[in-house]
Amino acid sequence: MNAVANPPHLRVEGLTKTFGPVIANSDVSFQVERGEILCLLGENGAGKSTLSSCLYGFYQADKGRIFYEGKEVEFHSPRDAIACGIGMVHQHFVLVTPMSVIENIVLGTHEHGWALGVEEAERRVRDLCGRYDIDLDLDAKIWQLSVGEQQWVEIVKALYLGAELLILDEPTAVLTPQESDKLFRIIRRMTGDGLSIIMISHKLNEVMQSDHVAVLRRGKIVDTVRTADVTKEDLTSMMVGRPVMLQAEREDMEPGETILEVAGLRVRNDKDQHAVKGMSFKVHAHEILGIAGVSGNGQNELFEALMGVRDTDSGQIWLHGEDVTHQNPRQMVEHGIGYIPDDRFRAGLVGSFSVAENTILGLQKNPRFSDGPLLNFRRILNFANEAIKRFGIVTPGPHARTDTLSGGNAQKIILAREFWSASCCILANQPTRGLDVGVIEYVHQMLLEKRRDGFAIVLASEELEDILALSDRIAVVFKGEIMGVFRSDEVDIQKLGLLMAGQRDAAAQSDGKPYVKVV
Amino acid sequence: MSDLFQQTILVSMFAAMLRIAAPLMLASIGELVVQRSGIWFLGVEGSMLMSAFAAYTAALSSGSMYVGLLAAVLTGIAVHLSMAIAAVTFKINQFVTGLGINLLASGLTLFLYRESLKSYGSGNIPTVDPFETVAIPGLSRIPVLGEILFDQHLFTYFAFLMVFVAWYFLYRTRYGLELRSLGENPKALDTKGLSVSRRQYAALAFGGFMAGLAGAVLVLALTDRFVPGMTGGRGWLAIVIIIAGNWKPVPIMLAVLVFAFLEAFQLQAQGVGLQIPYQLLLALPYIVAIIAMMGIRVRSEQPAHLGVPYHRE
Repeated sequence: MNAVANPPHLRVEGLTKTFGPVIANSDVSFQVERGEILCLLGENGAGKSTLSSCLYGFYQADKGRIFYEGKEVEFHSPRDAIACGIGMVHQHFVLVTPMSVIENIVLGTHEHGWALGVEEAERRVRDLCGRYDIDLDLDAKIWQLSVGEQQWVEIVKALYLGAELLILDEPTAVLTPQESDKLFRIIRRMTGDGLSIIMISHKLNEVMQSDHVAVLRRGKIVDTVRTADVTKEDLTSMMVGRPVMLQAEREDMEPGETILEVAGLRVRNDKDQHAVKGMSFKVHAHEILGIAGVSGNGQNELFEALMGVRDTDSGQIWLHGEDVTHQNPRQMVEHGIGYIPDDRFRAGLVGSFSVAENTILGLQKNPRFSDGPLLNFRRILNFANEAIKRFGIVTPGPHARTDTLSGGNAQKIILAREFWSASCCILANQPTRGLDVGVIEYVHQMLLEKRRDGFAIVLASEELEDILALSDRIAVVFKGEIMGVFRSDEVDIQKLGLLMAGQRDAAAQSDGKPYVKVV
Repeated sequence: MSDLFQQTILVSMFAAMLRIAAPLMLASIGELVVQRSGIWFLGVEGSMLMSAFAAYTAALSSGSMYVGLLAAVLTGIAVHLSMAIAAVTFKINQFVTGLGINLLASGLTLFLYRESLKSYGSGNIPTVDPFETVAIPGLSRIPVLGEILFDQHLFTYFAFLMVFVAWYFLYRTRYGLELRSLGENPKALDTKGLSVSRRQYAALAFGGFMAGLAGAVLVLALTDRFVPGMTGGRGWLAIVIIIAGNWKPVPIMLAVLVFAFLEAFQLQAQGVGLQIPYQLLLALPYIVAIIAMMGIRVRSEQPAHLGVPYHRE
């Protein structure tokens, strides 16, 4: 039979990997045929990244066998996997940023002994790029490249080492829709050349472009299916283990009075460069303003400035018509602003504090939680218990250390705290990043509930579909500027994608209308 | 005062500058390679001091200067490798380890020195017979310049040569590229299946070789004996010099020359009896170092992963 003549490109049998008491992968088996795209789909913590690290020799599996083209192989280090023909593109790129593209590509190879011998390498890399229509400036330094271009460097780096099976870990997490379309076009050309792809993802739109999907849940493969045979909804319920409502319902609502207004805001980043270059917008009661953009285009600095964590260079911020520019975070909290930061364990919680302490973090001076200089633990515990119940926080109790909680439960602590203290405005920066589908659904519902209550909400997200579903209006940011503000029912994902890449002209042509900046 | 007299003073001051520069340069280039590999080793001072003591003891007991030199180099490598074991293998805090090595070195050398004094008998401190300067035939005959540049110790020529060797290695070889990557993003090497720790051990061994030479120069060329604490902050100055030189070989060489000039000037000024308190003159290089540290804002070449132990995750 055919299958005997052509063994699968890669076959994994009964792979198990544990970290102490934590089982990351348990008895995982699957195979990839030559020239196909296999997608590993699963929620956070389902074991996708551990599995790929085992395939790349970065971790050693406790049990299980790996067959490459029918031959059993053992990977003690990435070197063995590379020698075999496996290449990996990590979700967080491993590039040396002050060095050039070509230096990153040749790093660690020694075909010329000690000599740098970059010229010949450049010829080979140019051939590779030419074959797949990849446009790269080989002498540019990595820090000068966009994240999309850095992704190409990673892919070329793997191909240069002779990879025939590429593992792509969340390859489109940081790409605009157009960039990810291009990625898939090129990946298809590679599979046409006989390369195989293992793609790790939780984004259903991309998963649908694969040939087979292996669904992982809690470290185990639940099922492996042909992509053509299933729908997105099927895959979601396989991944979560129960049916999930994919999109929250946003009811129509008339926006109320202006709550937050920003004019000509300029903010510097930690490197003292302007990260926000003159942003202006208004947010009204009963309204969610979505901030769409690839991360790193000024979103974090904008949110920190609005919250008073980062001082503004120029421009003004009004809350209910009152000038609140240059006020400190305490004053902003007292004005009734709630803040959900993008990195919850860095800016939203103290990992070594208890759940109860984190539910009142920053509110310790509130008379509800303290008597003069002393904390009132009875009332704090009552509050924490209430929050645990109301938000369904899974924890051994209010005294548990917060860093033992999952990302979703940690996020619920922040929601409980900020929703309690906020009275008019919520600033939510990537509130669902890294969360499971069930929790995402919950966060969205909570935001919509606050919208119903008359809050003004600013929501930044990398997931365009979330932005489109939740927002009343969408502001697209690129390199610290607002490229345009649109009603969410008047704009499509293509146009948003072009603007996220800074291509105003192309975006204007995409629907034949010159774009109008509606502030 | 005659012109000739002034010229003689200047010639001897600049020649002294180069002589003084040698141990600083050796230690700085060694530490540059260590820091480029991502390790912030604060124990240069201790490593130099131990090497200086080893050079003295070995040269005395064997009667051979070359044995002294070898002992110094081996001691430097051993001290640096103890840092490698602590910081690379066991991933102990690099600052604490470096400081610990310095404390250990100053205490241990003082103790051993006092012990050895007992055997020499009091008031009778033996000296070594230091290396002579080597005049380069022809070149050293050039008036003024020849006397300054080409009548130096072999160590001095070697120290300056190493600046350019280091530059060539860092920027023109594959291994240099790897070393620079190590300090910026060690994972980039690890994911290509290349050992991070092996390369950091190698970098520290080289740093130890250079610190060992620097310690040897103090005893076997610049003076003729060991004195407790004789490194006098030169190991610390090497770290300041690397920051001032923005982690690049040639700017580091210039920074070394500035500090060596201040030291030479200070010696000369004391010699001719300038009416400045000598304590102030002694402190001059260090005052300038503090001002330089406060003034230097450009740290663009500082390795991004400097001082952070590498873990796979």
